[in-house]
Amino acid sequence: MSLRTFSRGGVHPPEHKLSAGNKIKELPPPEIVVIPVSQHLGAPAKVLVNRGEQVKVGQLIAESGGFVSTNIHSSVSGKVLKVDEFMDSSGYRKMAVQIQVEGDEWLETIDRSDDLVRNSVLPAEDIRKKILEAGIVGLGGATFPTHVKLMVPQGKTAEYLIINGVECEPYLTADHSLMLERSEELFSGIQLLMKGLGVEKAIIGIENNKPDAIEKMKKVVEGSRIRVQGLKVKYPQGGEKQLVQALLKREVPSGGLPIDVGVVVFNVGTALAVYEAVMKNRPLIDRVVTVTGKSLKKPSNFLVRIGTPVSVLVKEAGGLPEHTAKVINGGPMMGKAFSTLDIPVVKGSSGILLIDEQEARRKEVKPCIRCTKCLSVCPMGLEPYLLMNLSEKSLFERMEPEKVLDCIECGSCSYTCPSSRPLLDYIRLGKAEVGKIKRARKAV
Amino acid sequence: MNKFIVSPSPHTYTGESVPKLMYGVIISLLPALAVSVWFFGIGMIIVTFVSVASSILFEYLIQRYILKVKPTHLDGSALLTGLLLAFCLPAIIPFWMVMIGALAAIGIGKMTFGGLGNNIFNPALVGRVFLFISFPVAMTSWPEPGQWMHYTDAVTGATPLGLMKEGLANRTVGEIMPELPSFLHLLVGRTTGSAGEVSALALLLGMLYMMYRKIISWHIPLTILATVAVFTGILWLANPDRFADPLFHLLTGGLLLGAIYMATDYVTSPMTRKGMIIYGAGIGIVTVLIRVFGAYPEGVQFAILIFNGFTPLINKFVKPLRFGKEVKHG
Ligand code: SF4
Ligand code: SF4
Repeated sequence: MSLRTFSRGGVHPPEHKLSAGNKIKELPPPEIVVIPVSQHLGAPAKVLVNRGEQVKVGQLIAESGGFVSTNIHSSVSGKVLKVDEFMDSSGYRKMAVQIQVEGDEWLETIDRSDDLVRNSVLPAEDIRKKILEAGIVGLGGATFPTHVKLMVPQGKTAEYLIINGVECEPYLTADHSLMLERSEELFSGIQLLMKGLGVEKAIIGIENNKPDAIEKMKKVVEGSRIRVQGLKVKYPQGGEKQLVQALLKREVPSGGLPIDVGVVVFNVGTALAVYEAVMKNRPLIDRVVTVTGKSLKKPSNFLVRIGTPVSVLVKEAGGLPEHTAKVINGGPMMGKAFSTLDIPVVKGSSGILLIDEQEARRKEVKPCIRCTKCLSVCPMGLEPYLLMNLSEKSLFERMEPEKVLDCIECGSCSYTCPSSRPLLDYIRLGKAEVGKIKRARKAV
Repeated sequence: MNKFIVSPSPHTYTGESVPKLMYGVIISLLPALAVSVWFFGIGMIIVTFVSVASSILFEYLIQRYILKVKPTHLDGSALLTGLLLAFCLPAIIPFWMVMIGALAAIGIGKMTFGGLGNNIFNPALVGRVFLFISFPVAMTSWPEPGQWMHYTDAVTGATPLGLMKEGLANRTVGEIMPELPSFLHLLVGRTTGSAGEVSALALLLGMLYMMYRKIISWHIPLTILATVAVFTGILWLANPDRFADPLFHLLTGGLLLGAIYMATDYVTSPMTRKGMIIYGAGIGIVTVLIRVFGAYPEGVQFAILIFNGFTPLINKFVKPLRFGKEVKHG
């Protein structure tokens, strides 16, 4: 049987999973952390602590600032040095809490033991409440608040829970290592999510380049209603719409969400965070981050406290290689470039990738030769060359009917263009402009 | 600090480039080139060399001195145009005509539209048609194969398609057939015709190579060939005395060269798979119409030029299947 995958487009970037198979290493708390209060999609959280205050690990330091927002907890114990604006991964200065670390004192309510707690008797409502309190967001990088996704809108029904273990970005191995090392907890977390969502069926999608993870997860979920499905390796299979299609042959409608076809998708890291929140009373205060790059001495998977400076991670992985030209938050296809290492790890940091000068250099832009490559790799069935041309000429009104808003910014088009055209740059611009036009229309 | 490059994603690229693609096509043409040199010898060598060298030179001169832009004459596309132009010329055509053809191909076919990527018509075909109109006699004096050391003084003859066309005026297909080269000769290329078109096998080999390297997809060439086969097949079944069989049509004239190399030209062919199939079917039908009912024995290059003109329209109306469109959803 041929392996499942999504139907349209897709590319095969070289994988470079340098840190695969490296055991997750827990890093001790650093000397100082900077914890931004907007680590999620939606409104920033409201700061609850003041300068000079003492905090413990797991203490709530900023409270959800609205419906689509989440709580923020201290990842360390110590003294609040400053509540101020700091540069975060976006490159902008945003509100954050800076804490001087003193010891490692945790809230007593948190179960820090390694014991596996199983079989929750909690009703769905309590599960959702605990997830809300623990400040969990999608850990795959999108950082959408998990409790919001668990609330199925009126008139829609959730039939399937899909767990995204695809990790299709080259280089990244954080989810892979979780599936290998924390499979029992993941299993429990998935069951909690199923209960919280009220679904009977769950599928874990994993790409075939992680046979050990597939095997491990299969063994763990045996006898349950959870199914593990191996997938053909193809980027961007980790995209929600692509994954739903690959696993269930259902197409999320244009402008819609997976719930429109009865599906809710969570990342494996999110499932683990749910387990810890519900069964261990542990808010989201740390996460696994892959630190990698071809010239890095020790590509690794680290378990780090939120707020740890990226520079600390790079040092732990063997130090900054001499010719590093780009530092990327995430993978090479969708990650964001940082200007400095002086940026804290946040809930959405799935990896830190260092790229050298030669790799980082963009090639000279040449005219489009209409080779159709961008079109045939686009997983959304768009015409990137056309969208770029329209955007270049500021013909934004014509981009909306060409479905520019469907672009998932996977970068496959730019990746593949033989003329090195910055397709996605222009498409992003077009998306923003079309968004403005739409908002203006609504306002009238 | 603050020394890292900040640019938007993606941060990695394939090693694909325009020259790599162009040289891929050029490599795939080598078998056909070798066969032509084998059958037409020195003439083919001269014509090819002049065509390629003048295409590159004209591209350079026009870009450097007239358009005043950075010359791209070495990106492989001018070389390819020159090679394709040579492939559809008689191997005994005077070299200065070849130069005029190259000038028309690059100057009119490519540069007046703004260079690579902006031209509407396939430059090599523009060159060929320009020569055909300017020098009709030279452009229809086809050398017989096997005359290696002859250039302008070779013995000429009619192409199989030409013989068929003339013969059908007063004879049946069955009567003409014995005078034509055997299928085996058509397959390997031992026949009268334009230099690079003659060997079906070499051209098919080139097509397979390009498909393997994913330089072209099957959609355009196979649709053209299938359409021609089906259309001529119907005619042949209806009246085998008036119409030659499909195999004859597939193996003769510039059909294979046109279908595999001219119609698949990136710049002038449609962008979507569906569009490619429409385009290919259109070229196939028009080719047969011209060949069978028109004044010329050969029709594929005109058919391609006509459909080059339709490409923008096809691109406008034939869209790829968007994700999430055909969901019946309540
Ligand atoms: S991949 Fe690049 S050159 Fe090819 S059609 Fe798209 S934009 Fe044009
Ligand atoms: S970035 Fe957008 S346009 Fe480009 S391939 Fe991905 S979805 Fe298509």
